[in-house]
Amino acid sequence: MSVKSIMIVGVGGQGTLLASRILGNVIIARGLDVKVSEVHGMSQRGGSVVTYVKYGESVSSPIIDEGEADIILAFERLEALRALPYLKDGGRIIVNDRAIAPMPVITGAAEYPDGIIEKLQASADTVSLDALSLAQEAGSIKAVNVVLIGVLAKSTDIPKEAWLETIKATVPEKFLDVNLKAFELGYSYE
Amino acid sequence: MKKLMLGNAAVARGAYEAGVRVVSSYPGTPSTEITENMVQYDEVYVEWAPNEKVAAETAIGASIGGARAMSCMKHVGLNVMADPVFTVSYIGANGGLVFCVADDPGMHSSQNEQDSRHYAAAAKVPMLEPADSAECRDFTKAAFALSEEYDTPVFIRLSTRISHSQSLVELHEKEDIALKPYEKSIPKHVMMPAMAKKRHVVVEERERKLREFANTCEFNKVEDNGAKIGVITSGAAYQYAKEALGDKANYLKLGLVYPLPEKLIKDFAGKCDELWCVEELDPIFEQFIRSLGVPVRGKDEFTLLGEYSQNMIKKVILGEETAHISASDIPARPPVLCTGCPHRGTFYVLKKLGLTVSGDIGCYTLGAVAPLQSVDTTICMGASVSAAHGMSKARGKDFNKKLVAVIGDSTFIHSGITGLIDIVYNKGNNTVIILDNSITGMTGHQDNPTTGKTIRGEATKQVDLVALCHAVGVDRVRVEDPFDLKGFEKAVREETEADEPSVIIAQRPCALLKTVKYTGHCEVDADKCRSCKMCMKLGCPAILFEDGKAKIDLTQCNGCGLCVSVCPFGAIKKEEA
Repeated sequence: MSVKSIMIVGVGGQGTLLASRILGNVIIARGLDVKVSEVHGMSQRGGSVVTYVKYGESVSSPIIDEGEADIILAFERLEALRALPYLKDGGRIIVNDRAIAPMPVITGAAEYPDGIIEKLQASADTVSLDALSLAQEAGSIKAVNVVLIGVLAKSTDIPKEAWLETIKATVPEKFLDVNLKAFELGYSYE
Repeated sequence: MKKLMLGNAAVARGAYEAGVRVVSSYPGTPSTEITENMVQYDEVYVEWAPNEKVAAETAIGASIGGARAMSCMKHVGLNVMADPVFTVSYIGANGGLVFCVADDPGMHSSQNEQDSRHYAAAAKVPMLEPADSAECRDFTKAAFALSEEYDTPVFIRLSTRISHSQSLVELHEKEDIALKPYEKSIPKHVMMPAMAKKRHVVVEERERKLREFANTCEFNKVEDNGAKIGVITSGAAYQYAKEALGDKANYLKLGLVYPLPEKLIKDFAGKCDELWCVEELDPIFEQFIRSLGVPVRGKDEFTLLGEYSQNMIKKVILGEETAHISASDIPARPPVLCTGCPHRGTFYVLKKLGLTVSGDIGCYTLGAVAPLQSVDTTICMGASVSAAHGMSKARGKDFNKKLVAVIGDSTFIHSGITGLIDIVYNKGNNTVIILDNSITGMTGHQDNPTTGKTIRGEATKQVDLVALCHAVGVDRVRVEDPFDLKGFEKAVREETEADEPSVIIAQRPCALLKTVKYTGHCEVDADKCRSCKMCMKLGCPAILFEDGKAKIDLTQCNGCGLCVSVCPFGAIKKEEA
């Protein structure tokens, strides 16, 4: 199989690393080659964060370049727009319809762009959702990342059972019910 | 069993499998997780040292004492430990001795973009460079054996993309490596001129042997695809090249990046019509290849700046561009001080007083970012204190009254204390603010000598910062809470006015520590808000200004309450959850 490239983007502190950990574990359980690349350190302090996940028979570069991502999973609208050039022609972008103002917007040096979802829809196959309300419905606002993992799972060629098994193996027992429900709500999101 | 591992975790695994006994490091992105990952191996002695020089010397002592030993650091940490490294090159290794250095091309979390390969040549120490996590494990393991075989320390060079990428690693059993005997040897271990002159001869002979070894060693691999293009590369750049060019090129992948293999390179070049060097940062391979009289292309068409990528390589070597959607006018999202960060109170006051701020390395470097923009300089670990001293000596007493140095607790112990001694000894009168947030913050919460805990979380003696500053001769030392804005401002005014050196310890723990429990959140009463924007001066990511009024984003606010005290109209209230 050819290499699949999934980019997870968001704002430092949003929990993108857990999402990439679950995704990575799902892939190795399938016996595929995989590389997960993330950046630690200063950018985690509220800056833009990017994780690259690539899998297939053999993966070389750990990073995803412009025009290469099959799927972009964005935890925040502006970060979705920033990542858009990385999407492959025909790729899909999944975006959590939530805005976090970056400091240049807070200080008034820049404006948070209007109509981001419309811009995304005009350029690519876009799935937009309010993951926070779905997470609340599942029972915890902290389950936003698992809701988004659910939406992502539906867009991949990996069977649902494989995802469920990995979530069961990754998430602590006492949070399992909430997370399974969150995954289900994401997976069945249209 | 194959496991998905960070490059850094795989280095730790390789060291463990090689029977490493002693690991001493100072944290630094992107190297930190190597040492953190050693903690899981109970039989290894592992520690955070106060700085990289101490860490390296601890590892060197352990090696002389017969143990396999390792020290890990970021590229700029290698500058701090360079002194012992150049001399231990002469002493060699009893137990295998490995220094693992992680470069940061693209400066994701660093103050410069230096290329550590220069150190290998300068200190005459062989250097290995892995290109994925499996090689991180393999090369680290092999480095210990290489060290003992050639009686030399060995460098492992990583970069951010290797350190912080996870890929599959086959786990092996730990080797049973006995502690070697310690034998007193003044000619080998005491580097004074008479002995060092003889040891230098040994080093040059070792260099000659390693240059031969480079031509045949298993670390350097040729992949012949019968192509016209030949690429000489290493590390992350190899992976980018493979992805960009596939079987359109032949590869000489260098795993031993110092010394370089003369014969192997000439043979490889002879089979290609067009030879390229694909290396990030400095043209070290390229210059060596040119010195052999072999024509090669590289930095003229690539770049000395930042990271390479597959698209860049495709464009430069094949002339192919990858189509993609363009996006413009997107506001940047630079990192910021977290909500609840104790440093926010400090910088708010320093900015209000209009002080010149000699800054340092850590989360608090973000005090230079708008809207606080308080920090004037950032150079290297510890430089805040000594550079403030220099500024005062250059500009005199009046300037000094409007100048402070700010330095974190861990950074102060690392190399700020020597600057403070310089101030006292040489009759300076600077004010130094130690930002004591009870942890090493930026690198992700490591304990240090001021926290009272070891890397394994065991209780230990805690450095008493007040007593330490008194002991070096600073009489004016006070502890203040940076969230008590009025009290803190008063303290800064008084200490900068004083005609003697002073230290303010700004004490409040990092808001991300599990022991810190802010509750509830803050809210703006829109009727009381007069739109003065005083709260916006804090640069808190949770405080927005919408429709002419301040507003607090409840999903971001952690209820630290600092904004309550800056509002002159009492419009911000703390709501308990």
